[in-house]
Amino acid sequence: MEIISKIILPLFVIIIIFYGVKKKINVYDTFLEGAKEGLITTFNIFPAIIAMIFAINIFLDSNIFTFILKLLSPLIRTNKIPLEIIPMALLRPISGTASLAILNNLFIQYGPDSFIGRLSSILQGCTDTTIYVIALYFGSVKVTKIKHALWGGLFADLVGIIMALVLTNLFF
Amino acid sequence: MVGYIWAFMIGVGIIYSFITGHINVINESILTNANEALDLILNLLPVIVLWTGILKIAEVSGLLDKFAKLLSPLLHKLFPTVPKDNKALGYISSNIAANMLGLGSAATPAGLKAMQELQKINQKKDTATEPMITFLILNTAGVTLIPTTILALRVAYKSVNPSEIILPAIIATLCSSIAGLTLDYFIRKRKKKNGNNF
Repeated sequence: MEIISKIILPLFVIIIIFYGVKKKINVYDTFLEGAKEGLITTFNIFPAIIAMIFAINIFLDSNIFTFILKLLSPLIRTNKIPLEIIPMALLRPISGTASLAILNNLFIQYGPDSFIGRLSSILQGCTDTTIYVIALYFGSVKVTKIKHALWGGLFADLVGIIMALVLTNLFF
Repeated sequence: MVGYIWAFMIGVGIIYSFITGHINVINESILTNANEALDLILNLLPVIVLWTGILKIAEVSGLLDKFAKLLSPLLHKLFPTVPKDNKALGYISSNIAANMLGLGSAATPAGLKAMQELQKINQKKDTATEPMITFLILNTAGVTLIPTTILALRVAYKSVNPSEIILPAIIATLCSSIAGLTLDYFIRKRKKKNGNNF
């Protein structure tokens, strides 16, 4: 299992570069062109990151979330669900930047190799911004009656969250 | 919607700390917040730039298209009501292929084009069709093989093995995609049974 995790990146890189050379494109210039695009993308998301970190830190530093969790803890403390992960699970379908900001927070607090660090990494990786994507895609073609698209998507996310929990326990 | 949640978090946070008398904590939080955002973006920058460079090669060389073609037999099964030569299927496979490689910026335009093509064969323009829903469930389950930003953050915080989360993340995504599609399948089947045409 560990081997797969370690070879997946080098494997991808070699396949991509080999194919590029085979197709006789200028791989170096193409890399630079793409890297420049990446630079622009990263700068473009900077305002959103500032905005989200600002709001999430105020929210988390106010301790209201700890208060709410304390009220709810008899209900959710049945199995091994770390409560710290809940804000992330709730925000993940709405905003990728917001959940990234929380991931950053959790890494600062617990480190990436802790149980919470690994769980939150898998959680961020295995689900998408469901609500945002559905609003954007249906909005673009002016479809307003979306039937079970939202519930189907959120159900898939829920399964993803549960699987993230199970797999973190299983793998590490 | 994001706007409301954003305002809500700030509003509730500040009001709650006023009530509990911890406003000094928020004061400090506001002042140091922006630096944390800068750290985050600087942590993400190197890996994202590197990876978008490599993926650009995959895009220009046609590897992405080839990858998308590999998916098309599966798509015919998932979208039985879309004619086989419809452009929508091509866009859907590019969208999924790009998402798998973590190419969000390439995935969105293909996804939006897929929606346009599906809308062309839609009888009721304000109502979602079967293939649209299946496509969105598949898309939002988010199969990603290389989660660039997460890897970047894990590297920045000195993880011993940053890529160790890739495999469990892929397995979790596969499970959620299958769960979403299964739910979609049964809802469709039940509606058909009731004679409720889409």
